[in-house]
Amino acid sequence: MTDPLPNLEGLVCPIPLPHNQRIVLGHGSGGRMSYDLISKIFMPPFDNPILRTGDDACVMIIPNDSSGTSSRLAISTDSHVVMPLFFPGGDIGRLAICGTVNDVAMMGACPLYLTAGFILEEGLDVDILSKVVESMHLAALEANVQIIAGDTKVVQNGKADGLYINTTGFGMIPNGVNISGSRAQLGDIVIVSGTIGDHGIAVLAARGELHFDTQITSDIAPLNGLVTTMLESTKEIHVLRDPTRGGVATSLNEIAVQSKVGIMIYEDAIPVKPAVTAACEMLGFDPLYVANEGKLIAIVARNNADKLLATMKNHPFGSDAAIIGTITENPGNHVVLRTTFGTTRMIDMLSGEMLPRIC
Amino acid sequence: MKYISEYRDAHLVQVVINEIARIVQQPWVIMEICGGQTHSIMKYGLDQLLPEELELVHGPGCPVCVTSLEMIDKALAIAAQPDVIFTSYGDMLRVPGSDGDLFSVRASGADIRVVYSSLDAVKIAQENPDKQVVFFAIGFETTAPANAMSVIHAQKLGLNNFSLLISHVRVPPAMHAILGSPDNRVQGFLAAGHVCTVMGFWEYGPIAQKYKVPIVVTGFEPLDIIHGILFVVRQLEKGSYKVENAYARVVSYEGNQSAQKIISQVFEDCDQKWRGIGNIPLSGWQLKREFKSYDAADRFQVQNITPTESPLCIAGQILQGLNKPFDCSAFAHQCTPEHPLGATMVSSEGVCAAYYRYGRSI
Repeated sequence: MTDPLPNLEGLVCPIPLPHNQRIVLGHGSGGRMSYDLISKIFMPPFDNPILRTGDDACVMIIPNDSSGTSSRLAISTDSHVVMPLFFPGGDIGRLAICGTVNDVAMMGACPLYLTAGFILEEGLDVDILSKVVESMHLAALEANVQIIAGDTKVVQNGKADGLYINTTGFGMIPNGVNISGSRAQLGDIVIVSGTIGDHGIAVLAARGELHFDTQITSDIAPLNGLVTTMLESTKEIHVLRDPTRGGVATSLNEIAVQSKVGIMIYEDAIPVKPAVTAACEMLGFDPLYVANEGKLIAIVARNNADKLLATMKNHPFGSDAAIIGTITENPGNHVVLRTTFGTTRMIDMLSGEMLPRIC
Repeated sequence: MKYISEYRDAHLVQVVINEIARIVQQPWVIMEICGGQTHSIMKYGLDQLLPEELELVHGPGCPVCVTSLEMIDKALAIAAQPDVIFTSYGDMLRVPGSDGDLFSVRASGADIRVVYSSLDAVKIAQENPDKQVVFFAIGFETTAPANAMSVIHAQKLGLNNFSLLISHVRVPPAMHAILGSPDNRVQGFLAAGHVCTVMGFWEYGPIAQKYKVPIVVTGFEPLDIIHGILFVVRQLEKGSYKVENAYARVVSYEGNQSAQKIISQVFEDCDQKWRGIGNIPLSGWQLKREFKSYDAADRFQVQNITPTESPLCIAGQILQGLNKPFDCSAFAHQCTPEHPLGATMVSSEGVCAAYYRYGRSI
């Protein structure tokens, strides 16, 4: 196998929206198909400089009238459609709060306010709705955010899967903080805040799709407290991202493209719970592509990395944090994994839906 | 993980690699039959560790890849019918037919469900007596026992709303086809450990003797694969051509007798079309006459389907070890996992998908 390497620039699917021009579940997987949908359908008509940044949240500059200074407001919106509504370690309500709080926090912002829009299916048990709302209340308390506006719509029975929630979050970015997916620099260090893949496997298990028992619970958590602590340790954090759908692999690919760098990660440094590894082995999944809801990736200058890692390890949501890689020079902006054997392989974005293997 | 991590031990792998490097004297071409092995090789970068004398070529052992286009088109036609619940292993949903794939049929409103076992499909049939439940029974000798069992089970339950769309393939006839080809380059084989778990390796002796190639039953973990390669290289350098078992912790000579019994109870040999390769005599299994009523192709009248293959796809040559994915002009351009032209770009065991996913950039 000494063939020349292909022109990897060609790894972008050149054909717009395959699958007979219909939306398929893969378009919502957070991987390359979602990326294609955004770049080919949403971006052309909506295009503007703020949207184009492509971070977890957008940043708006708000001028302060009298002083001539300005404040920066981070805004993010997210719709939550998880099934089942309740799963080990969380539920759709907690997810709706944490997911959006985390997206805002990934700009280094301090999330303050959320709005919540509910789409309810006719026939939904009010007790279920109450439990979800109570869970949202508790998560909002934990994240120290307030829900300041909302909306409710009801659709006919059979037209929705019980309950969908959209939340939009607002937060202020402190002075001196400048975080974006485009700021990773050569030599920077990649840190992950804990074990990966817990959420995705917990939800699969709750759906009864594993056909074996597992004690894995979702890692779902509001990460704004951890981010605040990290920024107290150093303001020189270049990138933060929460690797939700599409997993760590997809997030790292997005960062590599945004920052025009390569990323090298080390297989034996990536923290994965043995039960998650085992479940992935049986299903043919790679934990790097499995969703997380309470983990973040931080990219930081090399000389600040050890101090930041120590700070993270002292926080309850960062106790398993680990350095997993470095930012490298790579003209193709690829993410490359160094295996325990010292060999390398490319880590691409998730492609379509994750499918269990045959045998 | 106990009993897995031991076989991923970097030090032990290096010890075996060193031994291969010590004994290899001349260039050899070795084929791993099974797509699962191809993915392990690419995932762990094992080919990067081997001495340059050794070339690994990738065999046709991916059930998704070799399922004929005609059969995919039949699946699309059946799945699109009203009152049908079409069940399949997940991998098959993305395989392109002549016009679309099962995902797009599902997006158009068809009831298509991913199952992990054919027995799950029987359960769905029990729970939905007013629907016709069809299971897409593809695969090598590995999936055949469970698929045979589903027919027996459905018969016991008296279910008349369950059927199989069958496209079973067998390894030994494919090895004959590859080794008998005038273009053949393969000098030694890693036989597929999972297939041999079911079938044993009594079928391979005559092949090794006829074509004078060493065949080594090999597992799927890095140490298993490197170990299998060592066995093959030892034989090649000595000029011997025996069948050896480098996966003895799982595979026995006889294989799983009860699994073989149920296969022969339900299935009989038939000619089979392999996608990209063509017809291989007696390389498949079909339902025996007494179980014919469970054949979905008969039940849904989808015999007259004429498929159209992409003219760009060279999966056939790749599956015979004649070309590599990088030789294909469409690879990573017109053909990607999101828009595959051939099934080898689809499956988690497909060789093009392995090159695409793990294609090294440094």
